[in-house]
Amino acid sequence: MKLNLRSVVLPPVLAVAFAALLCGLALLLSGANPFTAFGAMVAEVGEGTAAVDIINGGATYYLIALAVAIGFQMKLFNIGVEGQYRIAAVTAMIVGGAITLPPGLHALVIMLVAIVAGALYAAIPALLKAYRGVSEVISTIMLNAIALGVVAFLLKPDVFGELRANSLTTGELPESAHVPGIPLGAAGTIFGLGLLSVVAGVGYWVLMNRTRFGFELRASGESATAATAGGVNAKRMIIAAMLISGAIAGLTALPELLGRDHTFTQNFPQGYGFSGIAIALLGRNHAGGIAFGALLWAFLDRSALALDNIGVPKEIVTIMQGAIVLSVVVAYEIVRRMQLAAEQRRVGQQLGTTNGNGADRQPAATSAGGGAE
Amino acid sequence: MTTPTAAAEGGVGQPTGGACAVRLSGITKRFPGVVANSDVHLSVAPGEVHALCGENGAGKSTLMKILYGMQNPDEGTIEVNGEQVHFRSPSDAIRAGIGMVHQHFMLADNLTVLENVVLGAESLHGIGGKARARIAELAGRTGLNVSPDQPVEDLGVADRQRVEILKVLYRGAKIIILDEPTAVLVPQEVDELFETLRGMKEQGYTFLFISHKLDEVRDIADSVTVIRRGTTVGSADPKKISSRQLAEMMVGSELPSPETRDSTVTDRDVLVVEDVRLCSLGADRPVLDDISLTVRAGEVLGIAGVEGNGQTELVETIMGIRRADAGHIRLGGADLTGLGTLARREAGIGYVPEDRHRHGLLLTQSLWANRILGYQTRRPTAKGAWLDIEGAKADTRRIVEEFDVRTPGIEVAAAALSGGNQQKLVVGRELSGNPKLLIASHPTRGVDVGAQAVIWDQIRAARAAGLAVLLISADLDELIGLSDTIKVMLRGRLVADADPATVTPEQLGSAMTGAAGEGDEE
Repeated sequence: MKLNLRSVVLPPVLAVAFAALLCGLALLLSGANPFTAFGAMVAEVGEGTAAVDIINGGATYYLIALAVAIGFQMKLFNIGVEGQYRIAAVTAMIVGGAITLPPGLHALVIMLVAIVAGALYAAIPALLKAYRGVSEVISTIMLNAIALGVVAFLLKPDVFGELRANSLTTGELPESAHVPGIPLGAAGTIFGLGLLSVVAGVGYWVLMNRTRFGFELRASGESATAATAGGVNAKRMIIAAMLISGAIAGLTALPELLGRDHTFTQNFPQGYGFSGIAIALLGRNHAGGIAFGALLWAFLDRSALALDNIGVPKEIVTIMQGAIVLSVVVAYEIVRRMQLAAEQRRVGQQLGTTNGNGADRQPAATSAGGGAE
Repeated sequence: MTTPTAAAEGGVGQPTGGACAVRLSGITKRFPGVVANSDVHLSVAPGEVHALCGENGAGKSTLMKILYGMQNPDEGTIEVNGEQVHFRSPSDAIRAGIGMVHQHFMLADNLTVLENVVLGAESLHGIGGKARARIAELAGRTGLNVSPDQPVEDLGVADRQRVEILKVLYRGAKIIILDEPTAVLVPQEVDELFETLRGMKEQGYTFLFISHKLDEVRDIADSVTVIRRGTTVGSADPKKISSRQLAEMMVGSELPSPETRDSTVTDRDVLVVEDVRLCSLGADRPVLDDISLTVRAGEVLGIAGVEGNGQTELVETIMGIRRADAGHIRLGGADLTGLGTLARREAGIGYVPEDRHRHGLLLTQSLWANRILGYQTRRPTAKGAWLDIEGAKADTRRIVEEFDVRTPGIEVAAAALSGGNQQKLVVGRELSGNPKLLIASHPTRGVDVGAQAVIWDQIRAARAAGLAVLLISADLDELIGLSDTIKVMLRGRLVADADPATVTPEQLGSAMTGAAGEGDEE
């Protein structure tokens, strides 16, 4: 357990510290005082709705990072979460605006539509990979580009779109589909569907650690050959992992859309998918680690505003995010290797001293003749 | 830096008087692993074949890596021809006249013999006529009788090995380390290799011959050093010591034997393979050509064959990892032909794969997680879609106990165990859940003698309890000792049967290479 704690907590802490050092240097080079900058970033959390914004942003990031992590567990790089969440969001909002249902049920149906749409869009690379061996990296990147086009098409006024306030939207959702938040007065409102992240996180942990499916997924990721010999059906795993990944990605935009915007606009933030990839890396595919990563990411996003206020280029935040991911990946790899070596040494030592067989170093049995000399 | 040309002049050994060609003193290597070298002493006289014996995992390879500059010793000194040396890399060792022929060949198949030999040593004689002349001159010494322009992929195993030897000679080696050179050869090829070695010894070359095959050691070696648990336990004159004494030095105790005599074969068919054919893309002949065999309850059916003759494919086809193009596979009356791997496992097949790292284990995961692999749908490791972690842990403890897996606990990663203990875990797992059939591919490859004994005992015990076993092994003694029936596989076909009670390894070797007429062993 002690070993475990060290291996889980130490790398990210070291990596964040190292990344902060790097960014401090970058700040110095750009002529700013790193301490003032970092101070402003931290102080920002107490300002206005910042804390709630961080929680809301973190919840969104958490969902999309989980989606990526499921693929990562079996070394499947679903770069396509970006396209999947946009397709899912726009489809869900169109369907949601078109139907009339009682409150609660309405939102539930929208969520279901988003899940199905995300999964279906992920099914394309999944089937291509399983049956044609097409690298999911290539196909999902291309599908991201296609998704942009499809969303733009769907938002056209003569298709499903509606022009409101100079921007194309899917139209306003009826009241029955709104999901109330948790109001904290002046501090802001936490999205109701933010709870979805908590549910998804717990579900993810249970799925990975307690179910046959999770075991097969991790086994496939660790050693495809051993998994095959152990009876894991590789094709089925690829398809299942991609579908689940797409389904979770499909939910990503809903906390914002159902809790605040009530419409999908052309300007809906892009890039959640790519942040999700970085956060999944940062959190090492671990439910808790990803939560930490998602909150950190949201904090950094938010602190960009603070930096702007004190005249520091806010792009420094992007540098910081990149530096953190890189440092974490490196730090984990180093710690992992050190640990394996330590464990091997420990096993060797314990066996050398404790088992009966190691102690039977009888004097060299027969040294018949001194042949070598 | 010494130029290699000094050594390349010809076959005559340097007149170094009484100095040893190689002397290792007090070599200690601490290593993240179970076996390290501690206080190893080894002296090799010039112009001799010196055998280094020890069980798998005793530390032979580490020691040779140290001598060849691939690893640095933590303590101790290395002397070559009387001078103390420090090797930082294999190129330092090569400059000092040491060459190594690895157990697994390091040749580029698509290049010719000449290209393979010259590759990386272009600075010696260029890549043109001079190099060709030098190779022609050296090729005679190694007994290599193929054109230097032939692609290596067309060569047999024995010739490839000679190309490897040629490579080290070309680089000026006078002291040649042969790492288990006979592991890949059939008995006849071993004899030819030994002829070559004797000839080269006459010309002044010194050999360090690593092996655990004692008869061969006694045949070829002038002196032998035994290594056990990472340290040298003594030297001996192979002419004066029996194989048994030598083996006891290696093991430090009594020897296990693969012998199974009392027949437990019943008339109940367990595995029936009928006319199975497997074709591969781009190959002119099928990988498996109408294979038919039957394994009965209580029977061990051994498959002998030079590696690469379809044994791996046969096993994978029976396991459902590959799909047969024709034929049927039945287990205890049920047709498995259309089923996947998991369903076949559930039907009662245990599978010890030939490469435990690639196919048998999840190396970074705990021992109990490895217990689940292949059993993720069954008790005691699962309940429906849920894993039963407590059940898996309890059963892992049982395996650790029954199969004598040496580990501090079941939470350690599989990678932290030694090869023998990993294999005991795999065999223990595959024998749990009352399988009807065990497919064991090279079940004791690369494991120490202790683990070998445990594995043999357990297979025998399961056989006595009515288990059918399909055994594939390159170790002919193991095959003959454990099997009730032996079939010989050559180029994807079962070409001969042999009776393990009467057949000798030499006869099997002939049948494996196709030298003997079909079926004449019967």
